[in-house]
Amino acid sequence: MSQEMKVIVFKIQDKEYAIPVDKVSGIEKLMHITRVPKAVQFVKGVINLRGVITPIIDLRVRFGFEEVKYDDSTRIIIVILGDMEVGLIVDSANDVLDIPVNSIEPQPEVVGHLASEYISGVAKIEKRLLVLINMEKALSLEVTENMLIEG
Amino acid sequence: MDMNQYLEVFIEESKEHLQTASEQLLVLEKNPEDLSIVNEIFRSAHTLKGMSATMGYEDLANLTHKMENVLDAIRNSQVNLTPEVFDVIFLAVDDLEAMVMSIAEGGDGKRDVSKVVHQLDLIEKGESVTAPVKEEAAASVDLDKEEVTEGEYDEFEWTVLQQSKEQGFDSYEITIGLRADCLLKAARVFMVFEVIEKAGEVIKSNPPVELLEEEQFDQQFTVTMITKESSEELQKKIMKVSEVDNVIIHSLDLEGMRHAEVKEDRVIEVDNQELVGENPMIQNDRKEKKKQPSVKPASSKTIRVNIERLDILMNLFEELVIDRGRLDQISNDLDNQELHETVERMSRITSDLQTIVLNMRMVPVETVFNRFPKMVRQLARDLNKQVELVITGAETELDRTVIDEIGDPLVHLLRNAMDHGIETPEERLAKGKNEEGKIQLKAYHSGNHVFIEIDDDGAGINKERVLKKALSNGIITREAAATLTDKQIYELIFASGFSTAETISDVSGRGVGLDVVKNTIESLGGSVTIDSKEGEGSIFLIQLPLTLSIISVMLVAIQDEKYAIPLSSIIETAIIKKEDIMNAHNQQVIDFRGKVLPLLFLKDIFEVPISQPDEEFLSVVIVRKGDKLAGLVVDSFIGQLEVVLKSLGNYLTSAFAISGATILGDGQVALIIDCNTLIH
Repeated sequence: MSQEMKVIVFKIQDKEYAIPVDKVSGIEKLMHITRVPKAVQFVKGVINLRGVITPIIDLRVRFGFEEVKYDDSTRIIIVILGDMEVGLIVDSANDVLDIPVNSIEPQPEVVGHLASEYISGVAKIEKRLLVLINMEKALSLEVTENMLIEG
Repeated sequence: MDMNQYLEVFIEESKEHLQTASEQLLVLEKNPEDLSIVNEIFRSAHTLKGMSATMGYEDLANLTHKMENVLDAIRNSQVNLTPEVFDVIFLAVDDLEAMVMSIAEGGDGKRDVSKVVHQLDLIEKGESVTAPVKEEAAASVDLDKEEVTEGEYDEFEWTVLQQSKEQGFDSYEITIGLRADCLLKAARVFMVFEVIEKAGEVIKSNPPVELLEEEQFDQQFTVTMITKESSEELQKKIMKVSEVDNVIIHSLDLEGMRHAEVKEDRVIEVDNQELVGENPMIQNDRKEKKKQPSVKPASSKTIRVNIERLDILMNLFEELVIDRGRLDQISNDLDNQELHETVERMSRITSDLQTIVLNMRMVPVETVFNRFPKMVRQLARDLNKQVELVITGAETELDRTVIDEIGDPLVHLLRNAMDHGIETPEERLAKGKNEEGKIQLKAYHSGNHVFIEIDDDGAGINKERVLKKALSNGIITREAAATLTDKQIYELIFASGFSTAETISDVSGRGVGLDVVKNTIESLGGSVTIDSKEGEGSIFLIQLPLTLSIISVMLVAIQDEKYAIPLSSIIETAIIKKEDIMNAHNQQVIDFRGKVLPLLFLKDIFEVPISQPDEEFLSVVIVRKGDKLAGLVVDSFIGQLEVVLKSLGNYLTSAFAISGATILGDGQVALIIDCNTLIH
């Protein structure tokens, strides 16, 4: 008997990542982003999400990949973080998967050059490797500051 | 119907009565001879007692009862009005307030009041003890009589009555009289109905149930019902509902019904007439009763609306404002005459609507001010000072969100004025001042702002002491101190980590300084300034915006980005030539009407990506903070518009020089510039 978990799968730099579906409140196409002066680098600005001002984070910058120009497949995944919503810019998001919970393994020691503290596990499904992201850690501004100091 | 729906009414009215009680107590303290004031307080206490007993809050009712006894003794000149007596009564009112608050917060309204009760008892017994006069005994004689029963039934009701009789049910017409001093009549009606509905079935009520629920009846109402219970039993059950004065049940003789009733009614009426003649007291009461109906219609013109609903209305309206902006833009793009006119019309209607919606959220500052007199009195006694608090402009209205926040800062400033401002009576006499200190609390409108002024005639601010303190606390440097103006020195007391009180008293030594006051007021979009004259007193002036959620802004473009500048901080706009810019101490300035105006290039401050070359002419928005001016250099002015202020959310709390955001007509977000942080 294995339990299943529904996840949203998205891509950054051809790698697949996953967030539990209950943390996601929607996926939006790219829209106008208003830059916020002097905000941390990975905060791209704010958007008008149906009347609510929502901050937008570029996950590429967050994870230390190089920035690319946004294109037609670029998506903003709106995730719920505590009592607020935050938008994540990803290269593409096009899959919803049921993954068996027992297929999730704790993170291996090294996963690319992505700071491993944002990863809550890795799921192997057939030939695909999905990296599960720990949203709280990935979006916490505190961790960011540490990262900036270390870097 | 449900008891809960009365809870809100109960809480509101209890608060009102407690407020009246404490206000009147303060008046009484000043005019101890005027026993009519005692009556006033007595009435409030009595009402409160009745209501709380109705709602089943025994502790509340008991304490009020004790208080009532003391008041009664005062009224009958059995107790002398000493400050100690007042203290105890105020204490009792405090306890009552705490209980009501506990109920309001969903608690059970219980509280250990044995001490106060004991003290009240002592006062009551201090002089010759007389049993409290059975309160308003006269009132229990119900007087207001209307033609209660018409005894007219329509065909349907008639049939039901007849059929039920055939099935062995008895039909009764029950006339229930509530006590004249009954409050929450609808609640009583509800309880009576509950009893009746348990016993049988209601066929008809007069006045109809809807009117009963709205309390649109005097003291009596009639219910026709069918039941198998005996009339005696029924009567007993209904009488158990408190505040029911009399219950007259007579069984319906379906044939000769009409006659019987009319007769019965007359009998009662005659009885009452006689009573009135005998007792002048009753007549008085009756007069008072008569007054009530004339007041009622006026009060029914206002309704209580849950604040949540107003908030929802406001939110919806904000959406509408955004859409209005969008429509405006579309109509400009399409350039269609008819569309123009329609949009124009809609704009006008929405701005009318805006005025109304905003007005609905306006609350008089009275709601905050009215707790101060009692607080000041208590504080004055604690500090052994004599202080008179004069409140003016309590009717001035402010947005509810501001009202909610402004209470604590004001309390703080008042405490500060009493603790540090007003001197002891001896000092004051020595200085040739009136023994009694005076604090004036004023509120007034001016332009788009509301001002609240706290003005004391105390010692004023000692500049040297402030400077010494600021230096020793490391708030300023010695060099900076030398250049400060008087006003700037006064402002220092708002700096964090500052407290001039040499000994920490429990009045102002609560670990929070005036910096908290300043922060709170500034977070509301307001400001606070001080003026003082040593030996003569200080004035704290608080400036607050009328409303928080919709503001007028000037929209400007900086390269490809749009920003909004609140109109309230803009003095004017100007277009200047590049060569007019001068350099002074690494600061670019211009000569503006004979004044040196520092320029702030927003595109540099905000690190805006450059996409267009500089132009020969610069657009400058001249803004102010206090008496300081600065010119914000932008690329172009887009125009003035009303926008809905939205927060950037918790994630971006530290955004620099940005006070919030708004959504423009095209759905894009524009950031609102916080001029206060730009000007130092």
